[in-house]
Parts: sequence; structure tokens; C-alpha cells
Amino acid sequence: MARKPRVKLPKSVKKGQVVQIKTLIPHKMETGQRKNKKGGKIPRFIINKVEATFNGKPVVTADLHPAISANPYFAFHARIEESGTFKFIWTDDKGGKVTTSKKVTAN
Amino acid sequence: MIGRKILSIVAIMGLGMAIGFTNNASIANADEAEKRAKDPRNKNYMVGDKNSGYVYMTSQTRDMQDDDFENPGFPWVDQGEEIWNKKMGSAGKACASCHGAASKSMKGVANTFPRYDAKTKKMIAIQAFLNRHITDDMGGKKMKWESDGMMGLVMYVKLQSRGTPVKSIINDQNRATLAPFLAKGKKFFEQRRGLLDLSCKHCHEDYAGSLARSNVLSMAMPNGFPTYRLKWQKPGTIHRRFSGCNKNVRAKPYKRGSEEYTNLEFYLMQRSVGLKWETPAVRN
Repeated sequence: MARKPRVKLPKSVKKGQVVQIKTLIPHKMETGQRKNKKGGKIPRFIINKVEATFNGKPVVTADLHPAISANPYFAFHARIEESGTFKFIWTDDKGGKVTTSKKVTAN
Repeated sequence: MIGRKILSIVAIMGLGMAIGFTNNASIANADEAEKRAKDPRNKNYMVGDKNSGYVYMTSQTRDMQDDDFENPGFPWVDQGEEIWNKKMGSAGKACASCHGAASKSMKGVANTFPRYDAKTKKMIAIQAFLNRHITDDMGGKKMKWESDGMMGLVMYVKLQSRGTPVKSIINDQNRATLAPFLAKGKKFFEQRRGLLDLSCKHCHEDYAGSLARSNVLSMAMPNGFPTYRLKWQKPGTIHRRFSGCNKNVRAKPYKRGSEEYTNLEFYLMQRSVGLKWETPAVRN
């Protein structure tokens, strides 16, 4: 699967408005419980951390565990007081990081 | 003794059929059925007496399809877009090198498949056509029918026709060539098969809207394929759906891309003329 995350959030909001932010990243989320055809273990390979920051300050941090389904989808709410940049970081078991950012203007 | 045994077996089978096809109104979950029938969104998905599969989905499944973000098929579409722009094969070309932006060049292309292939003198499905195009003209590698890459590319191409009505490719010039394939597809659709001795028509034409076990039967309209199917947890081609349906009536399925399935797909396309393209649809 392609590693292109999807983020949905409004481009401009009113100051102090609470908005919903939706994020989704395509990932197979291999649990580590499954076996391959020869009976060997398929090693665990999941996204274990999801982070969102706004102008460098943390907004949401979540640790994920193997029970999360493939293509993890997260939605959360945030109050936006000033213009700035949302940055989203997904970390996987091999240390790989996927980041994406979105700008928001508050007026 | 034996006679009585056979009789009781027949009686049980008869009962089974009666339970199998209960009408929507009689089920305990009438609220949900009513909700589906009265949903104002339905009017975009009904043309004449034809209903898209959308009409038979629960409201939650419809919500998923309506929002491009929540539609779980879109990661595949993104991948398809990547492949569209990626150079592959010895010719060093991407799809975009010749065809340009898909949003312009691929608009309405979904209507033209399956199309008649003069080389093999058979109908050809979009997946087979793309594979041949990639290997012969671009010097690239074949993709598997059901692979993520192939699915993504097909979905990306068909997405460009979304919202436009399905059109028939049959016109006065090619009517004579296409008629036998259409007839073969129709025959497949109406032929009884498998241990259960059911044809596609029995469920999807005569009993559309009723329940088979707990599933609402649709009219078998292919305008949303490749569809993200919740049961599969991934998108699938219509040929995968055919083979699943064939297995359900205890018949031996054909291979993906086989002549039989391609003709059937062609017939179904003609059946759904007028409905709007929905790729990537979400179904249960």
C-alpha cells in the first residue's frame, strides 16, 4: 500500500472554534499473531504512535497496540485560537516516520 | 420407510426456501427497512425501475460512501493515481506521458469496458486490457488481477466517470458483432447452476429487495465496481464478486478474466444503463 496519509480539516476557521480533525493512514497493521504458510511467525509491524502538534505544541498523542485494525483512522476535536500549522506524525515498529502538515488560518 | 424419509427431506427443503426468501416487510427489523426505503438520498440512485446497490445498503454504509474521506476505498485510489504518474517498463513512460491528466482523458472511459477486442475476437475486461497495454506498449510488468496496484489503477480510471450515467457502447455499427456476447452473458445470467440450482436472475431480478438469510438482495448492478466490500475489508473486482456468488450457490467458479465472466460483466453493464457511476462504492 502507498504510504500517503489522508487528513481532513478546514482551511479557515473562526477564532476559538472547535473543529473536528480526521486522519487516516494506509497501513497493513500486522499483529504479530499470524503465521505464514510454513508455520513461521509473521513479525509484528504496526503503527505504534500517532501524534498531532499545532505550532510545535502537542495536541494529541496516542500509543497504538496490535488490536487496531488496518488503515488506522483517528478523529479528534481541537479548539483553534490562532493561525498555524498542524503537523501529524505516524511512527511504525521499524522506526519509520510518516509526517504531513496542514495550515489553518483563524480569523 | 424410504419413501417417507425422502418426503420429509423434500418438506424440509421447501421450508428452507420459504425462509430463504422472506419479504422485507415481514422482518422484525422493519424500522431499518423503512429507513432505507424513505431515505431521500435514494432518488439519485434510482432510474426507472432500476436501483443501484446503494439503495439496499444500511444508512451507515451509505454515509461511508458519501464522504470521500470516510470511504475506505480511497487509499487504493491514491495508489492508483501514483501508478498513473509513475514511469514503468522499458519504454520509460507513465500512463500520464501519453494520456495526460486522467481527469480529462479518462472521463467516460468506464463506459467502454468490457469492449470488443479485434485481436482475440472476444470481449475484454478493463484489467486484461490494461495488462496487455502495459506489457505490449510500455514494456512493463503484468499486474495480478486482484492486486492492490491493479485495483487502484482501475478504480482511479473509473473514478473519473463518477456521477455520469452509464452508457451503452452498442450502436448500429457494432450491434452485429456484440450481439452474440450479449446473448452469452444473458444466458449465463439466466442459467441455473450449482447444487442449489439457482440462477443469478432468481435472486437479483425476481427477488431483489428481499432477504436471502440476513442479506438484502440487490439488483446486481455493476456501476460501483471495483467496490470496497466491508466483508472483504478491501476493494474487489466484479469478477471476484461473481466467483463468490457462484460459490454461494455451490457452483464451481470460473477464473477471473475468463470469457464467461467477461461476457456476464458486459451483459450486466447493459442492464445498468442509466444509473450513475459510483466507483469506488461501499457495500456490505
